[in-house]
Amino acid sequence: MTRDAVLLRKGVYHDSVTLMRVSRSLSDLPGMRVAIVAMATELNLALARDLGFDLPPADPGDLLVALRGDSVDTATGELDHALARLSASRTQAAADQPPLTTLSAARSPAGLVLVSVPGEHAFVEALDAVHAGLPVMIFSDGVPVAQERRLKLLAEERDVLVMGPDCGTAVIAGVGLGFANVLRPGPVGVVAASGTGAQQVTSLLDQAGAGVSHVLGVGGRDLSAEVGGLSTMRALRMLDDDPATELIVLVSKPPDPAVARAVQEVVETLGTPVVSALLGERDLTAATEEALRALGRPVPAWESWPGWSPTSAYTKLKGVYSGGTLCAEASLIAGAGEFTDYGDDAYTRGRAHPMIDPTLRLEALARVEPGDVTLMDVVLGHGADPDPAASLASAVAHATHHGATVVVALIGTEGDPQGLHRQAAAFREAGAAVFTSNAQAARHARNLL
Amino acid sequence: MTLLSVPPHVITVGAGLLQEALDAQAVPTTAVAWRPPLPGTADALARVLADPRLPAANERAVGRLTSARPQLVGVRRASEVLDLPERMFLHAGPPIDWERASGPMRGALIGAMLLEEYVRDVPSAEEQLASGRIRLEPCHRHATVGPMAGVVSPSMWMLEVRDAEHGGTAYCSLNEGLGKVLRYGAYGPEVLERLRWMDRVLGPVLSAAIELGGPIDLRAMIAQALQMGDELHNRNRAATSLLLRELAPWVVEAAAGSAAEVLRFVNGNDHFFLNAAMAAGKVSTDAARNVPGSSMVVAMARNGTDFGVQVSGLGDRWFTGPAGVPDGLYLGAYGPADANPDIGDSTITETSGLGGFAMAASPAIVRFVGGEVADAVAATRSMYEITLAEHPAYQIPGLGFRGTPVGIDITLVARTGVLPVVNTGIAGRVAGTGQVGAGLVKPPVEAFTAALLALADDRKRSI
Repeated sequence: MTRDAVLLRKGVYHDSVTLMRVSRSLSDLPGMRVAIVAMATELNLALARDLGFDLPPADPGDLLVALRGDSVDTATGELDHALARLSASRTQAAADQPPLTTLSAARSPAGLVLVSVPGEHAFVEALDAVHAGLPVMIFSDGVPVAQERRLKLLAEERDVLVMGPDCGTAVIAGVGLGFANVLRPGPVGVVAASGTGAQQVTSLLDQAGAGVSHVLGVGGRDLSAEVGGLSTMRALRMLDDDPATELIVLVSKPPDPAVARAVQEVVETLGTPVVSALLGERDLTAATEEALRALGRPVPAWESWPGWSPTSAYTKLKGVYSGGTLCAEASLIAGAGEFTDYGDDAYTRGRAHPMIDPTLRLEALARVEPGDVTLMDVVLGHGADPDPAASLASAVAHATHHGATVVVALIGTEGDPQGLHRQAAAFREAGAAVFTSNAQAARHARNLL
Repeated sequence: MTLLSVPPHVITVGAGLLQEALDAQAVPTTAVAWRPPLPGTADALARVLADPRLPAANERAVGRLTSARPQLVGVRRASEVLDLPERMFLHAGPPIDWERASGPMRGALIGAMLLEEYVRDVPSAEEQLASGRIRLEPCHRHATVGPMAGVVSPSMWMLEVRDAEHGGTAYCSLNEGLGKVLRYGAYGPEVLERLRWMDRVLGPVLSAAIELGGPIDLRAMIAQALQMGDELHNRNRAATSLLLRELAPWVVEAAAGSAAEVLRFVNGNDHFFLNAAMAAGKVSTDAARNVPGSSMVVAMARNGTDFGVQVSGLGDRWFTGPAGVPDGLYLGAYGPADANPDIGDSTITETSGLGGFAMAASPAIVRFVGGEVADAVAATRSMYEITLAEHPAYQIPGLGFRGTPVGIDITLVARTGVLPVVNTGIAGRVAGTGQVGAGLVKPPVEAFTAALLALADDRKRSI
């Protein structure tokens, strides 16, 4: 019999992504309809209330568990196991007092700080890093721009690099941070105000055999008038000084004109050539090709598996994206259609990024109608869904069986944990057309209409 | 710019998923066991930490605290050295009146009325105190600290401690011993008899002895005592022995006739040194007061009703919350029901990096305050998470001579939710009872949040 169970656990804290994974494993149990395991923030309480749960008063520091289904007791047992596993690893660490703040951790030697706490708390941790003279990557989004500016001005004084906020990817001396592809080492350094944009460029460079020295993310707002491109200019100089970097690619949405001029002035002082990939000027694939030509390397035919699609009867294009820049690029190329970036803040409040949690895009795929062309990105690499095809491919197959067609822009490398070709094969089998260039995928989709 | 030359050791703070991605690449990492800050402090934290003065202000505050060189320079009557006129008493903790005073505080005030012979009996003492004709002010306002009730009346003899580095002076009364004593709120005939003997014999003899042999370097003595198993709040046995060894010849020279009873008294009271440690803590933390923008705690003190905190960048303002009841072991047949809420200025030891903060140095007391040696080590280790520095002179042998955690930062308290560990004696709740036990107590979190919000507010006004 289906019933509701609501529990509050005091003094238990885990980060939201960890808890969402617990929630998902509980809702996958047979007979479970809803499983929410989350910190009792206002947002999460409202979410549970909207689903009709009757909730007791709770503090944001409490762990909220709301279960609905006919195996609630089994789920509660499973939850205890899952939480015990999580806290066992913490107890292990507690024997030797783990650092509780970045300030404390930075008292021992380190080279970089990676901040991914909720946005309203990210400033404080990042500030510790900058004060300690450590470069910092802020993966968190939702950080006020005034705080970003303050951090970056301070970083100028301390001579350190601030990557982000909302910096999704970076690769430093072969170490992938955040959502990062496994790239072969090579001569191209990337400065990126766009995470998925950088992933597209570097994945294609990897495919072309060119390889990458470093990817320095700067955050989507770095080239705005408020922030003034402080991190971009610093990252450009750092790559210029780096002996492994022979060419720099600058990936960004169109910058503020005054900032663009300031950045251009820096570019002119560099000894290393710079290719810019500014969205709207040219697509990421074209910029990658220019970089290859600048290096004197051949431009390959980008791998793709267009498959066969009936040539008529398509009427509507829907973009179902997880990467903001990829979504914008596809939308510009397609010229028409209804594009949604599920990685946007509006969709990620209280849930994990669509590169980790496919739920929203699965729902979108379930809604496609006969005659629809659905264009979507699938981004591979560290941090991303360990097997995106496992959940998405059956939804793609369902859509193609119902008279829709699906075009996948598959961003990744053969070295990624998910394996580019393994994922491509799964999506092809499900009936999708698969492209490793997002621009080509978008053109293909447009031409089907 | 060495960032790009080698794969970095990464400090991760936040999502476990990103930590796992680094583990998968075999990248060396240090994971911060992060949790959200205390409720309602996120905005204040961002504002206070954005204050460009903060790092230098805290460095200066903790630098002054740890570089202070407290020396015992004299023993003098309160009326001579303090602005303490007739019919005014000092007391422990933040300001309080008779109305809100707890049993032991009332008991000690009554005892002081009798000692000073302002009245002849208890009812008239109560009547006078309740009428408001007796002025009550916190010790802390007068460069003074007092253990437990901390009541100081004009005739009492005070230890005078000078900071040889920065020139400040601080005072603390003489320790009466354990059991039924004024500071625990007892005022029976034996209590008053002992106080009169201290007034007549102990004070003058110690005063003369220090005049001959002083000053005594308390910083060095505390450093030694830590290495001999004291934490200088609930255990002062080693420090008292060291002090006695230093004092003995001078006591004999100063007053051969009374030397035996004086030395026997000091020797019979393992806590005799506590009051010197407290004055040393007070003179050191006072050196760190009034650094604009600093978020470092310069006083934690309890009056038996409220637990109060003062912060360097916030002047003499008190931020309070209800004093908690200590958790510990009880003497004889006493139990938790007999315990008064937390009381005394002795938390100045924790404020200056001793007491609960130095628990790892004192394995002998951990059973008394309820726990194992590992708990003591864990307590000290956790205090490094909320402090600004490690004390250069006060070291813990068992931690590889690491300096004690010192300089509580209210921003770190709010960020970690970790509250200062306080060792304390427990007073009976009924006036006149005396000590009933000893243990650990948790400070109220709202005292620290209120101080943080005030600092954020000041910051808003200053920009």
